[in-house]
Amino acid sequence: MSLSLLMFVGFVAVTMVITYYSARKGSGASHFFAAGRSIKGWQNGVAVAGDYMSAASFLGIAGIIAFNGYDGFMYSVGWLVAYLTVLLVVAEPLRNAGKYTMADVLAYRLRPRPVRAMASLSTLTVSTFYMIAQMVGAGALVSLLLKDTGVTYEHAVVGVGTLMIVYVVFGGMLATTWVQIVKAILLMAGTLLLSIMVLAHFHFSLSEFFEAVTHVTFKGADGQMVTQDFLTPGLKYKPPFGALELISLGMALILGTAGLPHILVRFYTVPDAKTARHSVVWAMALIGTFYIMTTFLGFGAATIVGKDFIAANGGTNMSAPLLAQMLGGEIFFAFVSAIAFATILAVVAGLTISASTSFAHDFWTNVLHHQREHRPEEEVKVARITAFVIGGVAMAIAIKLGKTANVAFLVALAFAVAASANLPVMVLALFWKRFNTAGACWGLGVGLLASLGLIVIGPAIMGTDGKHMINALPIFPLENPGILSIPLGFLGAWLGTMLSSEKPDEQKYAELMVRANTGLGAEKATSGH
Amino acid sequence: MAKTDSQWDRIAASAEFKDLLKSKAKFVVPATIFFIVYYFALPVSVGYFPEFMSRKVWGPVNIAYLFALSQFFMAWILAAMYLRAAGRFDAKAHALVGHLNVGTGGKK
Repeated sequence: MSLSLLMFVGFVAVTMVITYYSARKGSGASHFFAAGRSIKGWQNGVAVAGDYMSAASFLGIAGIIAFNGYDGFMYSVGWLVAYLTVLLVVAEPLRNAGKYTMADVLAYRLRPRPVRAMASLSTLTVSTFYMIAQMVGAGALVSLLLKDTGVTYEHAVVGVGTLMIVYVVFGGMLATTWVQIVKAILLMAGTLLLSIMVLAHFHFSLSEFFEAVTHVTFKGADGQMVTQDFLTPGLKYKPPFGALELISLGMALILGTAGLPHILVRFYTVPDAKTARHSVVWAMALIGTFYIMTTFLGFGAATIVGKDFIAANGGTNMSAPLLAQMLGGEIFFAFVSAIAFATILAVVAGLTISASTSFAHDFWTNVLHHQREHRPEEEVKVARITAFVIGGVAMAIAIKLGKTANVAFLVALAFAVAASANLPVMVLALFWKRFNTAGACWGLGVGLLASLGLIVIGPAIMGTDGKHMINALPIFPLENPGILSIPLGFLGAWLGTMLSSEKPDEQKYAELMVRANTGLGAEKATSGH
Repeated sequence: MAKTDSQWDRIAASAEFKDLLKSKAKFVVPATIFFIVYYFALPVSVGYFPEFMSRKVWGPVNIAYLFALSQFFMAWILAAMYLRAAGRFDAKAHALVGHLNVGTGGKK
């Protein structure tokens, strides 16, 4: 058995113990959906960081920087600054006024059934796309790393899917949170170690390091060796649309993070808004440190391993593991690979629980069975069944797509939908007195359709080189639809509000404002640790 | 949950609550505008003025990288400033709740 497989089995064993203890800790709806609201501020901060630093950021960002230099680092910047939106605008009102999901805040002053149905649809869309991207990534990674052990792509996808269902179904939010914390600590440790080894390679001299980054040599398109300054912007995002692409990407990152369901549910796991605020700051400390270190991971891979070697040995996503192998040998390679599995597994579990929560709480209880007496046990049962179904569907789609599928656009899509559908509606519900039900439904619908539609007619899906799903010239020139779809989301919400004759419920708005800003009547913690 | 609608209205209409909202807005609105402007200055300058941004200012390191790096510190500093300001909002909210004698919502 290979060393990486052994380390991964070790991680799974630890998480199984966590799941076992979480399952014994209690049942109940608040326990299952929100870990009894008893998670401490720093713990939730680490868990938020864990939820956020997915395989896309660890493996993906190292690869993008290794291949495209500076332009890849633009992702790192956006991913941290996005948390200012979470901190200043969303986290505290959400914790104060909601119960389990984003839709709770919307349903306060709007007619709950249509709003919850739409919010649940957009939550499920975001989570499922994000999850499929992670699972295809996991499968491809595993089949590369363990190619000598007989573990195939299909085995890996089924393995990841089964484990995430086990965490969520048996351990609920508490287990998911602790799996996330363990993984985040491992990821930070691995990244720190790798960064120090990169610096050691350059004799701990930053100027020697950056000197090397400005002279990266690789084989150009015509077969000649080329030397490029990797700190120069524009290696990936070239004219005529490069600048717009960067701005559009920035918009999706800055506004999308605050609309990602699996990040938002985290703020319900803490006792109050003040703790939610502290957990965002903890998360920002970790996430910022991590993304600054992507400088060493990405540029390190570009200078020490080299683009040509990475391309010949598994492609962009293998940049970080190959860097580890070159600097620390087989043991470190195994360690970094195991961290990559752990990362994928934890993020997928986080996505599953947020999607199941939204389906059970918003759709099942409050849309389908809204007239019946509310039964929390049933809500938990529905969520568990949903986790099974979502897990199964994601596994099936990931296997159907196969490991060679280009899934990076699925993550871009998740951010675009979150930024174009979820965020506008949430902001308007909190800050615009006139906002009404029609506005929320229009905002969610237009935002969702605009981001989906623009991605389908954009260069991620359409192209004439035979590698794209639709063999034609792209109609929309940008890969990132945010620059158009976000304004459309806001416009939809505004237009829907103005065209509807529905009077806003001013008393309910007053109540929402008081709750959101003072924490009066907020959901209390149900169990202590 | 026991409060009646009129009680929520009463708090919403009170001078203290309005003062709380005002002092929050006084921090949050400029802070949000600032970070959005500061952040989008990066993709705009990198996208439209790549030659200028590629100018080396600190050994081999160019303006583009330093500006990107400064975003991290901007985010951290702004977060720390908000944390301090939020302490004041908490105190105001607490005083308001105590003064209007409305309790803390659910059972203690």
